[in-house]
Amino acid sequence: MRLDDVATLVEADVLAGAGRGELVIDRAYAVDLLSDVLALTDERTTLITGNVSPQVIRVAEILNVIAIVFVRGKRPAPSIAARAEQLGIPLLSTKKTMFETCGLLYGNGVRPCKNRPVETME
Amino acid sequence: MQEPTRRDDGVRRFVHHIKARDIEHGGSASAQIKRELREGGVSAADARRAGIVAFEGEMNLIVYSDRGGILEVDVYPDAIEILIEDDGPGIGDIDLALTPGYSTAPDWATELGFGAGMGLPNMQRTSDGFEIHSHMGQGTRVRCRIERSEDDSTGIGQGT
Repeated sequence: MRLDDVATLVEADVLAGAGRGELVIDRAYAVDLLSDVLALTDERTTLITGNVSPQVIRVAEILNVIAIVFVRGKRPAPSIAARAEQLGIPLLSTKKTMFETCGLLYGNGVRPCKNRPVETME
Repeated sequence: MQEPTRRDDGVRRFVHHIKARDIEHGGSASAQIKRELREGGVSAADARRAGIVAFEGEMNLIVYSDRGGILEVDVYPDAIEILIEDDGPGIGDIDLALTPGYSTAPDWATELGFGAGMGLPNMQRTSDGFEIHSHMGQGTRVRCRIERSEDDSTGIGQGT
């Protein structure tokens, strides 16, 4: 689905990347722990998170994350939004929970990103 | 921001001094390294892997080291080598530290989304070569090697 459709669906504010509404969001990964993002995500994923630390945008840049949806009404600092704008990474902020956001996106065709499960992790 | 240097033998080197507890800037050196690797012609996939390793190492220096440490990246024609080194406190049980899910992260780091116990394991499996040496009271040295892919056909993502 398109980014602007995602924003409408989860009733999100667009904090960065307002001009990129046609971006295709087809895969996502939902997590608050950035270590897990670094360990598990693969390819062109959208990140769904409640983590608004300064590291979020740096991890997104390193991993080539294509968009970030902040849940539970979380909003990153303006400096993070400004950096996202520079990098061309759209940021959305929704008041919905992570669970509800994931459910809505999944129900509209967004699928899990490929990941690399940790073999020895229980 | 620190500029890359060039060693006497022509190898491009990025050196960043990482401060302990500097969570505000945590990850910025690695993001810069990844960006500069791309600008220097490293493939998207290789730069991404190097960025992941560097980021994990950088955050380890911030969260765990006594006095910070060095993040050093050398760019060879066939590989990227990443060195992370501090002078303490050292890791008591390396095998345990390499176990996915095991963490000794303090609460403040966990609250920021770190300390999932994935750092060192992720560095290890993201790298083609991985060495760790640590002695309590002396410090920790981690060296990771990423063999460069021959082309960008395996490039992941946006190619940036």
